[in-house]
Amino acid sequence: METENLTGVTEDIKRQEVVLSNLRQAVLQNLDSSIQTDQFLLNMGPQHPSTHGVLRVLLDLDGERIKRSVPDLGYLHRGTEKIAEYRTYNQIIPLTDRLDYVSAMANNYAFVRAVEKLLQLKVPERAEFIRTIVAEVQRIVNHLFWLGTQALDIGAMSVFFYTFREREELLDLFEVLCGARLTTNYYRVGGVESDMPQEVVDRLYRFVESFESNIREYNTLLEKNRIWLARTKNIAVITGDDAVNFGLSGPTLRGSGVPYDLRKFEPYGAYDQVEFDVPLGTNGDIFDRYWIRIEEMRESAKIIRQCLDKMPSGPFMTEDHKVSFPEKGRVMHNMEALIHHFLLVVQGFKVPPGDTYCGTETPKGELGFYIVSDGSGKPYRMKIRAPSFVHMGAFDHMAKGYMIADIVTIFGTYDIVMGECDR
Amino acid sequence: MHPTAESLEKRFSDVFLASRESLGDLSVYVRPEGALELFHALHDMPEYGYDYIVDVTSVDYPMDPERFEVVYILYSIPRRHRIMVKIRIPEENPVVDSVVGIWRGAEFMEREVFDMMGIQFRGHPDLRRILMPDDYEEGYPLRKDFPLVGKGWRDSFSFVPKFQGGPGSIEGKTNGSGPFLPS
Repeated sequence: METENLTGVTEDIKRQEVVLSNLRQAVLQNLDSSIQTDQFLLNMGPQHPSTHGVLRVLLDLDGERIKRSVPDLGYLHRGTEKIAEYRTYNQIIPLTDRLDYVSAMANNYAFVRAVEKLLQLKVPERAEFIRTIVAEVQRIVNHLFWLGTQALDIGAMSVFFYTFREREELLDLFEVLCGARLTTNYYRVGGVESDMPQEVVDRLYRFVESFESNIREYNTLLEKNRIWLARTKNIAVITGDDAVNFGLSGPTLRGSGVPYDLRKFEPYGAYDQVEFDVPLGTNGDIFDRYWIRIEEMRESAKIIRQCLDKMPSGPFMTEDHKVSFPEKGRVMHNMEALIHHFLLVVQGFKVPPGDTYCGTETPKGELGFYIVSDGSGKPYRMKIRAPSFVHMGAFDHMAKGYMIADIVTIFGTYDIVMGECDR
Repeated sequence: MHPTAESLEKRFSDVFLASRESLGDLSVYVRPEGALELFHALHDMPEYGYDYIVDVTSVDYPMDPERFEVVYILYSIPRRHRIMVKIRIPEENPVVDSVVGIWRGAEFMEREVFDMMGIQFRGHPDLRRILMPDDYEEGYPLRKDFPLVGKGWRDSFSFVPKFQGGPGSIEGKTNGSGPFLPS
């Protein structure tokens, strides 16, 4: 019985081999006459794990090559600009947290700077230093998140665990600082919400101390990884001229060798009192943008250390009581302070009429607020210049001619967050 | 007067209207007709060199005869200077020339202005809605006469709770209802 079965099996295998060899011959013949590929339209998203939110792209494909891509935005549109017209300036700060929820502190900073520019408000020295430190911590948090997810998108899972270990430590610091990890709502017009406690200072020193070796650790996983190099080198190349013409900003622009960094061009906060370099790429490909973000983390650590060394003592909130709240203890016992508090909450502070644009270098690029004030406590019009939105405008240009598998890495290289893109 | 504004006034005397400097920003007001030439000059001439487009946006002043203001924010990386070019257009004919031919990054920005405020851009390669759905017909959300709670659409869903008195009226005269309407 058994031998009979066996012979049956071998015959089966032989028959299959014949079929396979026929197939192979047919394929080879077809190859000679050059394969004709069909052009077709592929819908990607809006639900896709690597779009970092809800982004839909229509892809016009020739085989596996992208001929044209049309991003379809707006799936996360919440009308932040419209809502802002009905809110006092202090009420808008938590709205900005929800724009780019990976780096809420940076959004807070961009918004309060625009309002302060309209008010022509001077911020105390200590507040400027705290803001700069926190903004740079946020930059590290953002780049760690980016590095982990970009590697995850390409298929390298382990990097994610290492970067999130450090990210966790920094988010814990945010929690000590303001009670929240992601939607922080920490910056205020005229300063920050609370002083930086000594515990945070000590832990930051310790973090910065060990961070360099952590970066080296991430790099051992990626720098000479052949898959990483093959997936990032010479992909999504954009020249410096094109990048400027498209209005790209942040690491996406600097990867093409354009030294546009608002921290250097229009120094704010404490950036003019610290030394740091702006890393620049040469090829303008995904690898260069990865390298820049790694270097930016090193520079951020440098800035944090210098700021911690130089941090002056003093108030962390402006003394101008037209915008700053009275001390809570006084509100409970003093009628005038209570009225003052009440008016600031209900009506908000008045901002003189006028309009201004103020751009801030956030981890993703230039986040700008264009605010028109009519003299009341609410903005007449607020326009958010979101880097992710502008970057999507260059998506078709940068994805053209690459393989369909590269789409995911190209999304990642912008460091795109749809909350900011759709607003 | 800022030297850039001065030289613009000399070169484009029929387009140039006024200039204003406040809070360190330079604003230039120009006519919609012939503005495209001015933009070409701003981009191409090394004297100006505004090679970087920061944003295109718009503001609605419903009481003014020229209702909309389109704001172009430009930056010159070599000169490290920012300029805001402002164009006023009336409600009946809200059309300006598209600058996509000069700064390609303006494509999405102009689409957003069209989507949110209903301003047409002549010569734009693909002027469609960008953030709102393609078939959205209830108007332009960022206009001042558009109520914050929205209009039309949500009424058609039976499961959406109705606010007392319904959403604000269409003509911008709010009837004081709804949780978020202006005081």
